[in-house]
Amino acid sequence: MKLLEYQAKEVLASLGIPIPPGTVAHNPDEAAAAFARLGPVAVKAQVPVGGRGKAGGIKLAKTEAEARAAAQGIIGMDIKGYKVHLVYCEAALEIQREVYVGFTVDRDARANILLLSAKGGMDIEQVAEESPEAIARLYPNPWRGPLDFELAQLVYDTGLGDLARPLIATMKKLYRAIPEYDALIAEINPLVLTKNGDVIAGDAKLEIDDNAAWRHKDLEDRYGSVLEGDPYEVEAKKRHLTYVSLDGDIGIIGNGAGLCMSTLDLVERAGGRAANFCDIGGGAKAEVVENALAVILMNPRVKGVLINVFGGITRGDEVAKGIVTARDNLNMKLPLVVRMSGTREEEGREILRRNGIEPGASAWEAARKIVELTKVGAGRAQSAI
Amino acid sequence: MSILLDSTTKVIVQGITGREGSFHTEQMQAIGTAVVGGTSPGKGGTTQFGVPVFNTVADAVEATSANASGIFVPAPFAADAIMEAAAAGITLIVCITEGIPIQDMIRVKDFLRGYPQARLIGANCPGLITPGQAKIGIIPQRITTPGFVGMVSRSGTLTYEVGSALSAAGMGQSTIVGIGGDPVLGMAFSDVVELFEKDPATTHLVLIGEIGGSDEEHAAELLAGGSRLKAVAFISGRTAPEGKRMGHAGAIISGNRGTARSKEEAFRKAGVAVAETTDEIVELLR
Repeated sequence: MKLLEYQAKEVLASLGIPIPPGTVAHNPDEAAAAFARLGPVAVKAQVPVGGRGKAGGIKLAKTEAEARAAAQGIIGMDIKGYKVHLVYCEAALEIQREVYVGFTVDRDARANILLLSAKGGMDIEQVAEESPEAIARLYPNPWRGPLDFELAQLVYDTGLGDLARPLIATMKKLYRAIPEYDALIAEINPLVLTKNGDVIAGDAKLEIDDNAAWRHKDLEDRYGSVLEGDPYEVEAKKRHLTYVSLDGDIGIIGNGAGLCMSTLDLVERAGGRAANFCDIGGGAKAEVVENALAVILMNPRVKGVLINVFGGITRGDEVAKGIVTARDNLNMKLPLVVRMSGTREEEGREILRRNGIEPGASAWEAARKIVELTKVGAGRAQSAI
Repeated sequence: MSILLDSTTKVIVQGITGREGSFHTEQMQAIGTAVVGGTSPGKGGTTQFGVPVFNTVADAVEATSANASGIFVPAPFAADAIMEAAAAGITLIVCITEGIPIQDMIRVKDFLRGYPQARLIGANCPGLITPGQAKIGIIPQRITTPGFVGMVSRSGTLTYEVGSALSAAGMGQSTIVGIGGDPVLGMAFSDVVELFEKDPATTHLVLIGEIGGSDEEHAAELLAGGSRLKAVAFISGRTAPEGKRMGHAGAIISGNRGTARSKEEAFRKAGVAVAETTDEIVELLR
């Protein structure tokens, strides 16, 4: 779960990190009210992706009219595929200096890594490429967290010695996002030194591990509904499906993440584009197949569906029955191609055949078939390979 | 011959009385795996499928001299189960459980540094099988035949699919290792490849990777240093978009890192054949 900036800042504030005063606005009136309360504000699009500034999603407002206009312009924008539903109006900071501080997971090291850089406000990956020496790194012990002297070393290594005290304090507080919230990314960029000498979070990024969602029901309750993005992904989540929306027109259902991904690749190789990724897991139970199909068919762009199930110990006859039932329950008329194998696969194929779905054994043939059927647009054919 | 596991490996099942644990214990026994016991806190002293159940792994190891463990406990308890196994002296720990929080696994990896003899496979993996001898995990025996191909994979069902195709083509497998789809894993591709390299029974190698991380690239580096194995690699997720987790927690392209292209290029540079589809794997391996 990637929190929006204002949500991440609320979490950081709860950890004792200073944040600028701010308020969320859903429309120009609320932005104007924010200006009345806070004075000059930065009006910022709330989307869970970086690069908002470059996309025109952040505007400085020095008057109430400007605040209103900024909100008007930003709300409804599309930033890297995310529609902006709300803006965060935040008291503008008088910046003296900007620093980067962030924790992330270093997959190669199988550890958390803390990065500190005096080049704040820039994309850290760009800094890493252009001037890697400007970044100091630490792998904190995952049981006890970073120690003061370790953090002090980073501060002096990056030439930030004059800010040692507030920086060490901020890094220690920010680290708590890991044990307390299962943060995979906890980043403040920039961490701002204001002209008044305050050290305060200018921006914040927080990604919470979905695997640990059960430990953080409070976050889900508070922010889950706000984070609603793609409507199909939201619906899929309600139905406990592993689903990702894509931009093509062929619905995909597979069992197992790798198999499902390779099915998308095959469809593209055959000249088509997948509308989604949907992994229904090992068992391929009838109810799950129906849920998956229901979500896929919600998308009006979808012209046909490819189901690819490789059963290890999954029973082919049960999978086939499930597919037929799901199709009938949903009154599905679009082309449907099924590739399946597993124990009792012959019985399974027979069931599909009897119900007007001609099954086959090769995923590649199945991918070609669904691409062909959806290209022709010959709506009704459910006979597959 | 094989790597990591054979018919003499003494296996316990952590979570042997649970739904998954009990189902797969029977499957493991059915193909001849030497399951010597299991654990289930509070059920010590009972028997399940003809083997004794213990409260703790330490008790099980003391009584049975088990040296390997398959973990089938729910995600909230899995990290502790892995550490318990290592502390009890288990040297091959196979964690099937899906959905373990990444921070739990980071702490596990740190803990395991204190137990260098313990090897962890997974989590979120199908486990491993030495066809005709034994398995720990959930890989179906029916897709395998004994032979000379070493397989290592981040995917479950894709492994079954490829194993099945290899078996149908008369290319049996020495050992199949599913290392799992999480971002913070036990054994990496390169760790498993090193073992296959030393196994005289293994002459061919199939690597099934996917987007995310750079473990495939590290394995390619290792193979570039010179290998006696005839190797083929396949990467799924060529068409996956940036920034989206594709089912596996670890299957995500971050910026320009972790792409299928980068992995395929690394393998090609290392002289490893890259299959564009799973069907091609068999052809390229011949």
